[in-house]
Amino acid sequence: MHSTNQVLMFVFVMTTIVAVGLTGLREATKPLADANEAIFNKKGVLAAVKSQIGEDPKNWDNAQVESEFAKVKGYVFDYEGNPIQDMVAIDLEKNRDKNNKLAVKERAFPVWVYEKGGEKFYVVTVYGKGLWDKIWGTVALKSDLNTIVGVSFDHKGETPGLGAEIKDSPAFKSQFEGRKIYNDAGEYKSIIVRKGGAKDKTHEVDSISGATITGDGVTDMFVEGLANYKPVLDAAKNMK
Amino acid sequence: MAESATSNIVEVKEPSFPFGKKEKQLITDPLMDNNPVTIQVLGICSALAVTTQVFPSFVISIAVVFVCAFSSLATSLLRNNIPTQVRMIVQLVIIATLVTVVELVLKAFSFEVYKQLSVFIGLIITNCIVMGRLEAFAMANRPWKSFLDGIGNGLGYGLILLIVAFFRELFGKGTLFVGSPAEVFIIGANNATTTYWINTAAESGFGSYFSWYANNNLMVLPAAAMFIIGIFIWWQRSRNPKLVDIS
Repeated sequence: MHSTNQVLMFVFVMTTIVAVGLTGLREATKPLADANEAIFNKKGVLAAVKSQIGEDPKNWDNAQVESEFAKVKGYVFDYEGNPIQDMVAIDLEKNRDKNNKLAVKERAFPVWVYEKGGEKFYVVTVYGKGLWDKIWGTVALKSDLNTIVGVSFDHKGETPGLGAEIKDSPAFKSQFEGRKIYNDAGEYKSIIVRKGGAKDKTHEVDSISGATITGDGVTDMFVEGLANYKPVLDAAKNMK
Repeated sequence: MAESATSNIVEVKEPSFPFGKKEKQLITDPLMDNNPVTIQVLGICSALAVTTQVFPSFVISIAVVFVCAFSSLATSLLRNNIPTQVRMIVQLVIIATLVTVVELVLKAFSFEVYKQLSVFIGLIITNCIVMGRLEAFAMANRPWKSFLDGIGNGLGYGLILLIVAFFRELFGKGTLFVGSPAEVFIIGANNATTTYWINTAAESGFGSYFSWYANNNLMVLPAAAMFIIGIFIWWQRSRNPKLVDIS
């Protein structure tokens, strides 16, 4: 048996060594990790318009991502659609947790405009909750601000092979292409992830088996997220 | 606990450095006849959770080998100085430190893999194989042997993971190694983004004979891993009846 003083001494020395070591490693790898994350966020924006780029940016190297992303124009608006000049749209992605915790009236809304062949595509972000943790994504809309051309999802802690399939499964994401968020009468319908298969091919997509709660999270994320974006998108469309 | 019944008898003899018969056994025994999952019955929960696909299982296996080996080494080096009152907390700090190292390194050098594994990395801390081996072996053995024991048990765990993940991914999704550069799409209906070897949606040709085929959704769920591990245990014990007596 060790005396209490010996125990305290051992624990103190050990935790100090571990804390200093891990802090050092974290500080040393932080620039690399931050750069990786920035590239990853840019890929997320580009992945939403991948059908227009003609290629999935998933396996691109950093230089390719940067050169393609330079063609995208980023804007930031407040909830009423007034432009916020002193914010960079892609930086909001780094702080998405903080930004989305704010009340809608205080939140900043990023919009990226990708132009191809004279047509403009609008990329917006959505944010919600999966089974274990946060989920988020980007949605690209045609200039009618109604038809979806592509989506990209990401998550913090969904189970690989189940909930994480929203990010990893190309088949799930490709279902969104061509879906509409308003019906012919102009009513807001959003996109519903339907368990047991989509019944309405305009506003619904098939869910992933084994990932019901994550699928419901995607539904909520779309219903709420795109509703908030309505005035913002109208403003973005009128920007020169 | 189950590991107390295993064949790891504490040796007092000087180790024959670096690779005597005993040392080789430390690596090979946990692969089959003293497997941490199927014989020691440790780490079952994570074996059920992480085995939906082969590639994440593979990366997790490497990480577990690393964590197991170096936590055994560190614990063994400190074994005479660790105060018995806080023994397990100290072991936990060692394990958590190594897992954090794995996480930071992946984040900096292999971000896509880090993203794909998401929560699984943190789950290594709770993997009872790591702590089980520290308690059962590293606390009573010299560093080199403990290091080898860590590697052996990490590999034994990884072997089960890969076997289970192989069947779960193949029959649950019709694919193998998805996420890695070697990904293959074996069987399923072709769509805009994926082409399978056996296209069950084909009108004619080889794939059309498989139009009845559907992925088994049970395989995607953790329960399927239980069946596969169960069948493996059955096969293992019918092959080597000596193992039956141990458990």
